[in-house]
Amino acid sequence: MSILLEVNKVVKQYGDYVALNEVSLSVPKGSIYGLLGPNGAGKTSLIRIINQITFPDRGEIILDGEKLQPKHVQYIGYLPEERGLYTSMKVGEQCLYLAQMKGLSKAEAKKQLDYWFDRLGIQGWWNKKIQELSKGMAQKIQFVVCVLHKPKLLIFDEPFSGFDPVNANVIKEEILALKEQGATIIFSTHRMESVEELCDDIALIHKSNKLLEGKLVDVKRQFKTNSYEVGILSDNVEGLMYDITQKFTVGPANFKSLNKELKLEIQLGTALPNELLHVLTQRGQVTHFVEKIPTVNDIFIQSVSGK
Amino acid sequence: MSIISLIIKREFIAKVRNKSFIVMTFLSPLLFVGIAAFVGYLSSMKAETKQIAIHDESGLFVKDFIAENNKKGEYKYLDLTLVNTQVLKDSITSEGYEGLLLIPKTTNRADFESNIQFISNSSPSISFIEKVQNVIGNKITNINLVQAQLDTLAIKKAQSVVNIKLAKASGEQSVKGLNEIKIAIGGGFGYLIMMFIIIYGNMVMRSVIEEKTNRIIEIIISSVKPFQLMIGKIIGTSLAGILQFVIWAVIGLSLMFAASLFFGVNVGPTAKLPPELMHQAQQEFASTAQTYIKELWNLPIANILLGFIVYFIGGYFLYSSFYAAIGAAVDNQTDSQQFLLPIIMPLMLSVYVGFFSVMNDPHGTIAVVFSMIPLTSPIVMLMRIPFGVPLWQIAISVTLLFATFFAVVWFAAKIYRVGILMYGKKPTWRELYKWLKY
Repeated sequence: MSILLEVNKVVKQYGDYVALNEVSLSVPKGSIYGLLGPNGAGKTSLIRIINQITFPDRGEIILDGEKLQPKHVQYIGYLPEERGLYTSMKVGEQCLYLAQMKGLSKAEAKKQLDYWFDRLGIQGWWNKKIQELSKGMAQKIQFVVCVLHKPKLLIFDEPFSGFDPVNANVIKEEILALKEQGATIIFSTHRMESVEELCDDIALIHKSNKLLEGKLVDVKRQFKTNSYEVGILSDNVEGLMYDITQKFTVGPANFKSLNKELKLEIQLGTALPNELLHVLTQRGQVTHFVEKIPTVNDIFIQSVSGK
Repeated sequence: MSIISLIIKREFIAKVRNKSFIVMTFLSPLLFVGIAAFVGYLSSMKAETKQIAIHDESGLFVKDFIAENNKKGEYKYLDLTLVNTQVLKDSITSEGYEGLLLIPKTTNRADFESNIQFISNSSPSISFIEKVQNVIGNKITNINLVQAQLDTLAIKKAQSVVNIKLAKASGEQSVKGLNEIKIAIGGGFGYLIMMFIIIYGNMVMRSVIEEKTNRIIEIIISSVKPFQLMIGKIIGTSLAGILQFVIWAVIGLSLMFAASLFFGVNVGPTAKLPPELMHQAQQEFASTAQTYIKELWNLPIANILLGFIVYFIGGYFLYSSFYAAIGAAVDNQTDSQQFLLPIIMPLMLSVYVGFFSVMNDPHGTIAVVFSMIPLTSPIVMLMRIPFGVPLWQIAISVTLLFATFFAVVWFAAKIYRVGILMYGKKPTWRELYKWLKY
């Protein structure tokens, strides 16, 4: 798969503080790319550099095969975390203004606005002022402004904050639809469940450095510990435990089930699952046998606290 | 449409549509004319005549004072020489006299010079005291002349009144009082620039702060360069300001015109004169007026207007860049105070220098120096231009102004670029300096 955005050894310093230390990323075309990291890791600095709001001290950025340059702002749609609109301006005028700034003609902007207002069911808002809208409603307008000019690259910084679950879902569907239409999406958030749900690729930035990057499945494979969650109904628990601990490392597990079985987390090491199953089936009834896949949350916490 | 013109258009429309802008635009001239009319009404009311009691034991002066009564001045003199001095002193309050002039009887006239008293509960105006001194002094001089057996008429004839004609080396005639007109014109334009900078510079600052507090700034500068946004904002706001000034001028002039038609206000010194004098006065007035008008046309009008435009643009952009940078650095308007002081100071200074130094000596060292310093030159130089400033001085001043202007815009743009993305903290001067290096 080809690369849409390539960040190459980017360094950004604010005075003595290094915000980005030789960070390199490759964002594949047509993917949803999760940019993760704790607060103050340098995510926003990086996003601002991609948007040409600030400029890197060293390193370069390649967008669609070209070195990043001012004309590229019209290929990028940006929904910043700190976002707002002119409160005393009317919705329609404001959207037209912001769309024209992205290089759309007035007629084209109007056409796109009609399409999006219709799609999100907000046609009646054209002449309202932003101050008359609720926060969630204003967020919808911001979303429209961000995607209006059909950008190749969309950058969403905490897109779901401020939305109720219904509207958050609407926005999620729209993001997926945009991906279907070929857009590439960089997605920065602290909400790991939405990363799990949406992202194809992730990168983790911590303390100005990139810790890891790759396809979500590859990263998970890299982080898996070859351990299994097991539920077993057994009359002879002591015998069972004895058998297992001979070969494997065992710990307690916690998962939901309907039976009152023994719940274990078993580390296989180099052994194969069948070897474990063989031991288990001799000692009782296996009700639960699942490979433990690390969640993005686990990976996040493990990487950040490990280093 | 280019990005900057798009921004200018939005800023202009946002300013002009603002309710307070509309209210200010149409209310201010009404208020101004209203105050002017009120002041005019107050001053047209006949002043209360003040009664002055005169106790002249010498009997030499009282007639001259009574004669003054015919001139219909503010003061009415009463001859109360027959009344006891102590009684008069006591009755100042009860009879409502403004004051009591006590002239003692002396054998030696030189004693009058130091023995005359004016007793009053309120402090008399300087002009009134001078008037009284003149009347008495003239009388004594006259008596002295007569006693010395000098021919007063011959002396009067021998006296000469000199009226120096002012002219330039180029042969142009000049009129006295023209300097006042020149300072008024220069001062008017200078003052206009200062007002404009303070009102609309502040507006620029508010609009930058608004974008910060609304959190729209990051959305906007992902599409445009901060520099474009800043310049667009300054130009858009100034256009709104110019529109406001034009509306004020139009409304003000038409209201003045309407008022003068309605009240039939008479202009000039002809108002209170008896008809036989009126004709003469009118002629005199007309001829002086003609000279003045001629002189006004002889002023370097082209230079003044050109200077106004150049210094207006230079000064306004210089200062509003400062305002924009401050707006970017702070989170709300209360935080801006500490940074505003250094901006207001040079503005005030230039107006003071303008009115004191330039009026005194338009080509003195102070005036020349301050008309070169970029922060004060827009106002001080404008005040000097009506007096005729050598071209090389204007050239240096304008060059310095625009060089500083570009430097400041560069500096302000840097602060602006960093500041608009800094939320939630009040920066110090040191931090602003650090931002320059980001």
